[in-house]
Amino acid sequence: MSFSYVRDHMVEPRPAPVNTAGPIAWARRNLFATPSDSLMTILAIVLLIWAIPPIYGFVAPNFLGGDAVPPGGIVEECRLETAGACWAYISARMSFFIYGFYPAEEYWRPNLVFALGALLIVPLLIPRVPFKRTNAILFFVVYPVICFYLLNGGVLGMRPVPTEQWGGLLVTLIISLVGIICSIPIGILLALGRQSKLPIIKTLCVMFIELWRAVPLITVLFMASVMLPLFMPQGTTVDKLLRALVGVTLFSSAYLAEVVRGGLQALPRGQYEAASSLGLSYWKSMWFIILPQALKHVIPGIVNSFIALFKDTSLVSIVGIFDLLNTVQAASSDIEWSSPTQAITGYLFAGMVFWVFCFAMSRYSIWMERRLDTGHKG
Amino acid sequence: MSDMSSHSAEERTVNTSQMKVSDTEVAIDVVGMHKWYGDFHVLRDIDLKVMRGERIVIAGPSGSGKSTLIRCMNRLEEHQQGQIIVNGVELTADLKRIDEVRREVGMVFQHFNLFPHLTILQNLTLAPIWVRGIPQAEAEATAMHYLERVKIPEQANKFPGQLSGGQQQRVAIARSLCMQPKIMLFDEPTSALDPEMVKEVLEVMISLAEEGMTMLCVTHEMGFARQVANRVIFMDQGQIIEQNDPETFFSNPQHERTKLFLSQILH
Amino acid sequence: MAVQDNLAAPPRTAFYNDPVIRGIIYQIVVAGLVVAFLAWIIFNTAQNLAAQNKSTGFGFLFETSGFGISFTLIPFDRSSYYWQAFVVGLLNTLLVAVIGIVFATMLGFVLGVARLSSNWLIARFATVYVEVIRNIPLLLQLFFWYFAVLKAMPAVRQSFELPLSIFVNQRGIIVPRPLPDAEIFWVVVAAAAALVGAIALVVWATRVRTRTGHYPVSVAQGSRFAGAIVAFLVGYLAISMLGSVVPAVSAVSFLPLIGALVLAGLSLTKYGFYGRVFIGTAIGWAVADFLLSGMFGWLPRGVIVLGAALIALGVAWTMLTSDRRPAATEGKFPLALPILIVVAIPALVYWLTGASLAFEIPVLERFNFAGGLQLVPEMVALVVGLTIYTAAFIAENVRSGIQAVSKGQTEAASSLGLREGDRLRLVVVPQAMRVIIPPLTSQYLNLTKNSSLGAAIGYPELVNVFMGTTLNQTGKAIEVIAITMLVYLTLSLTTSAFMNWYNARVALVER
Repeated sequence: MSFSYVRDHMVEPRPAPVNTAGPIAWARRNLFATPSDSLMTILAIVLLIWAIPPIYGFVAPNFLGGDAVPPGGIVEECRLETAGACWAYISARMSFFIYGFYPAEEYWRPNLVFALGALLIVPLLIPRVPFKRTNAILFFVVYPVICFYLLNGGVLGMRPVPTEQWGGLLVTLIISLVGIICSIPIGILLALGRQSKLPIIKTLCVMFIELWRAVPLITVLFMASVMLPLFMPQGTTVDKLLRALVGVTLFSSAYLAEVVRGGLQALPRGQYEAASSLGLSYWKSMWFIILPQALKHVIPGIVNSFIALFKDTSLVSIVGIFDLLNTVQAASSDIEWSSPTQAITGYLFAGMVFWVFCFAMSRYSIWMERRLDTGHKG
Repeated sequence: MSDMSSHSAEERTVNTSQMKVSDTEVAIDVVGMHKWYGDFHVLRDIDLKVMRGERIVIAGPSGSGKSTLIRCMNRLEEHQQGQIIVNGVELTADLKRIDEVRREVGMVFQHFNLFPHLTILQNLTLAPIWVRGIPQAEAEATAMHYLERVKIPEQANKFPGQLSGGQQQRVAIARSLCMQPKIMLFDEPTSALDPEMVKEVLEVMISLAEEGMTMLCVTHEMGFARQVANRVIFMDQGQIIEQNDPETFFSNPQHERTKLFLSQILH
Repeated sequence: MAVQDNLAAPPRTAFYNDPVIRGIIYQIVVAGLVVAFLAWIIFNTAQNLAAQNKSTGFGFLFETSGFGISFTLIPFDRSSYYWQAFVVGLLNTLLVAVIGIVFATMLGFVLGVARLSSNWLIARFATVYVEVIRNIPLLLQLFFWYFAVLKAMPAVRQSFELPLSIFVNQRGIIVPRPLPDAEIFWVVVAAAAALVGAIALVVWATRVRTRTGHYPVSVAQGSRFAGAIVAFLVGYLAISMLGSVVPAVSAVSFLPLIGALVLAGLSLTKYGFYGRVFIGTAIGWAVADFLLSGMFGWLPRGVIVLGAALIALGVAWTMLTSDRRPAATEGKFPLALPILIVVAIPALVYWLTGASLAFEIPVLERFNFAGGLQLVPEMVALVVGLTIYTAAFIAENVRSGIQAVSKGQTEAASSLGLREGDRLRLVVVPQAMRVIIPPLTSQYLNLTKNSSLGAAIGYPELVNVFMGTTLNQTGKAIEVIAITMLVYLTLSLTTSAFMNWYNARVALVER
């Protein structure tokens, strides 16, 4: 037959022709592939040309060609008709945004809390660092206690600072950290309860979880701040911050329970069977076999709940706690710095702070998810 | 446009008899074709002429570009250099030409790709109704005919998820046949199947070959190649290394790479 | 003996080691603890309430409220009862929720599809939107829209005036108030009927197309003439709009009429497509000119006209090269008829019944606007904030829904010869929607729950009116909070009941 063929020399790989590689090919493929693509690209470019310069002009300080007043500037500059964002106002009020009404000469205490937190949390988040168990106990148990005494004072000759004076980013971080730290154990118990075969326990857990998941956080906070004092024995007063913490914890433990339940359900049945065939009791098999695996798998889920909680802490400003958002809100009516762009600069600043935290955490959670995925396959 | 649709309608009625008359006609003509994925040169200097009625098996180690080659033939992948002419239509970026080619070329995938949200019967009638404009009753009759050919008419009203892998692949073949294609492309049709199901799929393919369908088949089933193919193509590193009739190909391979490949898979 | 041994009870275990008994003991202990805890709380509460001389009960709902609400859907004043305040709050919550859901769905779907666009710029734009918006607290965004944007609008006397007599100032957006007369009712009925009719027509024609292979002749022919009428109307509009860019066009007064007649005639021939290209180009030019001169007013006029012309040429090029297929015979739905039905029937009824729809144009008086309809800034901020925030989450659901449909599905559909539109309509969208609907439902629920943040910017929704004002005035903390939570609980349980039903149905269909 005529089609019989044997190759006598191999064709060496060649670089792709110019029209399929390189920046021009890239643009043709990704920006101008079809006429409608080209049209959208042009419209998008027009929109960018229109929007970017004014935004840049508003945000960038004057030494970078913008109209904003840089940190350290004076209020009169901000009051000019042409002035952009008033970063000078942010820098002048920075300590208020970070510490609230915490006495200035005691700033070393919150600073120490921040430093300790960073020192403990960074190795906890990096999977390769050893001593995870010790680290976790330090962070989840010892650290909160130290923080409380450091911030609250009244021991070791530190002067007492009542919680009403705490504020700003400090309080935002405290509420979200305490919220997550307290809600992890409660969430685990609720998740186990929901998986349980004992009907009463299961029903109670389901009711608890579904109730808190059904209502908005703001109603929970209202409830905590109005009803908690009523629930306590006569004469007890409950600290305002503590009320908010109770509300946040109840709320987030219900969500965390669902996250943990996802991890428990994702474990293959064989693990449960293996655990019981070893003759381990329920609690032992949970503690040594099931939970370590399930929790590892839900780390991304826990981080995502933490992001949600971190954003949600801004709601405590509605029940009168001076978190970051509330300090920004309060400072925006500050006469000393009143200028046309005062409020908007404050919101921009708060938005950037929240964004940096949340975005970093979400990247971490995505990274962790990928890592767990590949770890599972390999 | 309107004359085109009547043209295809005409062909529907004659295409069974046409297969025999046009034995020497070229079905697919690939000339000096190259393809890159980004900077990676996947297909290099491919020249291939497929006559109508030919049954070609493409073999080769994984990553040799054989799947990519047949995916170029209905433009699921685009090539960057050279020509691919299918049924006399050259494949370019022109959507109309691509549609024209795809209407006449059936494809069977490794992972079946049945539409999970439609019943078996709906899977089979979807394209005839919406591409060819065939009345539903007629499309369903044709579908039942092909389901009987692949021996699962009783599954017509089930969903793909309820069928075994072998049954799903037979449905996928029937789905392509419902469009009454002139050429069938098979992209490793048995690789995802459990061993006991491979046979039922191969049987369908053999009967198809016996009826004179033009077939291009990427497969590792060398028994099938021996029995059915009139030509075996061996590919490696994105190029055609050797092609011959199965008899000579298996008994007397010429190229070193072919010998090595055959020695690895034939025992 | 041996037999007896076999029949004997299994070796005795201590009763506390029997798993069943253990389970019962556990449960009794837990239930006991919970009951004791509740009893403790109730006892404390009763004591506290007694100490404060407060009574309990829902009787307060039928007392006069004595406060006013700035924005109500039903009549409400100081003499209304507390239960009416509750209804006002609930209705306001539902109002923003419904509006927010509609807009967030539209924006979210557009963004979700844009994230997967093959156009790098568009995809990047959507990604930036999603990543920025969902990582900033909603409350902060609401504050931004309310305090930094809407409250920073000019005072009443310096209101921005937008086209169509819409005014924007510190007190919100003031739009003309429609003043329908009695006959308008019939126009509304006709519009609804026309919409239903048009949908029925589409469904019927699609069925016929499936059954017989082509669209019904009546629809195809009707659509041709409807197409001519639509071409006339749109052509008239297009040429008139062109007059705003090319002064020569507006110089000849009868040009739009003649042009429209030509376009209508053209649409009946096989060159109708070129008529549509002309219309698209003309409208594209006019719209681009309008937008560009609004965006870059400082540029010379000539540059703007030229830029707009370039964009219009882009539109023309897009249309000319787009995938064209002959109407009615091979698959493209004859759309002109249903469109004409939806437009023409209400118009006809409007004309026949002699209905009239007047608008009360807002007029600036000494201190405020008289007339018009005021959209309070609280509501505008809440709707804008909820829409923008929720759209980011919906976009993610849409994206992952579309990505859940494997590439193989599209490839299989393409290799069967289905074209882009049919591939999406018949294969991708039905599968993607099954993945999208459950999380979409919970986004709707989230939006409804998040509307409670309106309380923080003073929008009178349920939490604000009831948990805020009513609770403060009556002091009935337990009752008020219980009622409010019950409302949200009901919404949530209804939603999850729907989701269970939907998931069960989908599962049933697929296996």
